[in-house]
Amino acid sequence: MSTNNKTRVVVTGLGATTPVGGTAVSTWSALLAGQSGVRTITDEWATDLPVNFAGVAAVDPAEVLDRVEARKLDRIAQFALVAAREAWADAGLTTVDPVRLGVSVATGIGGALTLLSSWDAMQKSGPRRVSPHTIPMLMPNSAAATVGIEFTARAGVHTPVAACASGAESMAQGLEMIRSGRADVVVVGGTEACVHPLPLAAFASMMALSRRNDDPASASRPWDKGRDGFVFAEGCAILILESFEHAQARGARMYAEVAGAGLTSDGSDSMVQPDPTGAGATRAIEAALKDAGASPDEVVHVNAHATSTPQGDIAEALAIRNALGSAIDGACITSTKSMTGHLLGAAGAVESIAVVKAIYERLVPPTINLDDPEDGLGLDIVTGSPRTLRDGSIVALNNSFGFGGHNVALAFRSI
Amino acid sequence: MAQSEQEILAGLADIVNEITGVAVADIASEKSFTDDLDIDSLSMVEVVMAAEEKFGVEIPDEEVKNLVTVGDAVSYIAKASA
Repeated sequence: MSTNNKTRVVVTGLGATTPVGGTAVSTWSALLAGQSGVRTITDEWATDLPVNFAGVAAVDPAEVLDRVEARKLDRIAQFALVAAREAWADAGLTTVDPVRLGVSVATGIGGALTLLSSWDAMQKSGPRRVSPHTIPMLMPNSAAATVGIEFTARAGVHTPVAACASGAESMAQGLEMIRSGRADVVVVGGTEACVHPLPLAAFASMMALSRRNDDPASASRPWDKGRDGFVFAEGCAILILESFEHAQARGARMYAEVAGAGLTSDGSDSMVQPDPTGAGATRAIEAALKDAGASPDEVVHVNAHATSTPQGDIAEALAIRNALGSAIDGACITSTKSMTGHLLGAAGAVESIAVVKAIYERLVPPTINLDDPEDGLGLDIVTGSPRTLRDGSIVALNNSFGFGGHNVALAFRSI
Repeated sequence: MAQSEQEILAGLADIVNEITGVAVADIASEKSFTDDLDIDSLSMVEVVMAAEEKFGVEIPDEEVKNLVTVGDAVSYIAKASA
């Protein structure tokens, strides 16, 4: 049901490789089952780090791809290729007019693993041993470009960078590319691969990470009184966005409609601290609903950003309450990061898949580890087992926020 | 330690296979790296780097453009390591 004159955009394909599953299908099953993908890093380099656990990908992408193909790709691009192929096959796409096909695959950090390993090689063996593939592998746009080459995309290949809101920005960009008439199909998503001692040490220095080294699976505990920071994670999610017309003409299955996007910035005085009033997040949610032509009363579910940090979870709860007003009573909330950890630039894409599947299957995954909720949250948070969503036309939201004050809310509607 | 051209060819074929996936059986002296084996310029740099390591020789950047065929590379390495 369309409530405005904008071109309708639908999701027709899903692909993912995450800490809880090597595909979108297995990831979704694990989320419904409340399984954590967070584990101790057993490599020797992790022993002396202040934080020695992470959401490590369930399946190594280098084992899935052809050996020669994998060696010229940074892990961000390996993840993206694996997930994009799953999404493309899931959408049942065979041929798309290349000049009507676009790509927007985001990353927060880019090909840092390549930068670090090439520097190691140079320190050890000198400049003549630096791989000629170093630059094309470390470029943040390498994952998007790899996907673009895979499917011969000629309507534009892009890489939004907005820290932990990057994946959600790619969704918004894909929506805009189709609405503006630039493309009929856009492969969107986010990818991140930075489980390495340097980023772990750096995030730990910021006091941003949970220190629950003795019990990693319970470390990501959004809204719980015992939360002490987010859990670093890696992986990728890719979605196929398509104009309703294009999808309908080829008889494609439509999971949900991407009905609206709201993008705001805090403009506050801190690079990394969330605005305690959640004002920028509230404006993003309101903008997404307006863009979707939806009223707060239609919202039945929110997949929150909720990373398990002391201040961020509280500010977001306030933002959701303020944006939905009295309609908050009709919406159930979850944080799938309680299971996956925080995939940074891929998070918005992973959680968009969770929302799209929730709408399509009318099931919301639980938030795990929420043993002792903060007082006065005022949110109906799903715990224990999945929650069933009602029949009929429904709207669900996904929030993503990033260092730098980036706020992105996405609104999805049932078909 | 001098190696026979046959040994160098076998070693070079392993390197090319590792980097590009071209089957060892297809890698012969008369084959052109670019025209026959479809090796792009960056992968060619990798092949040269790996060959330098494996055979303990130095192949200056300005020499690489003269190594058109696999046989050219074998001859160069044989001469350089003699």
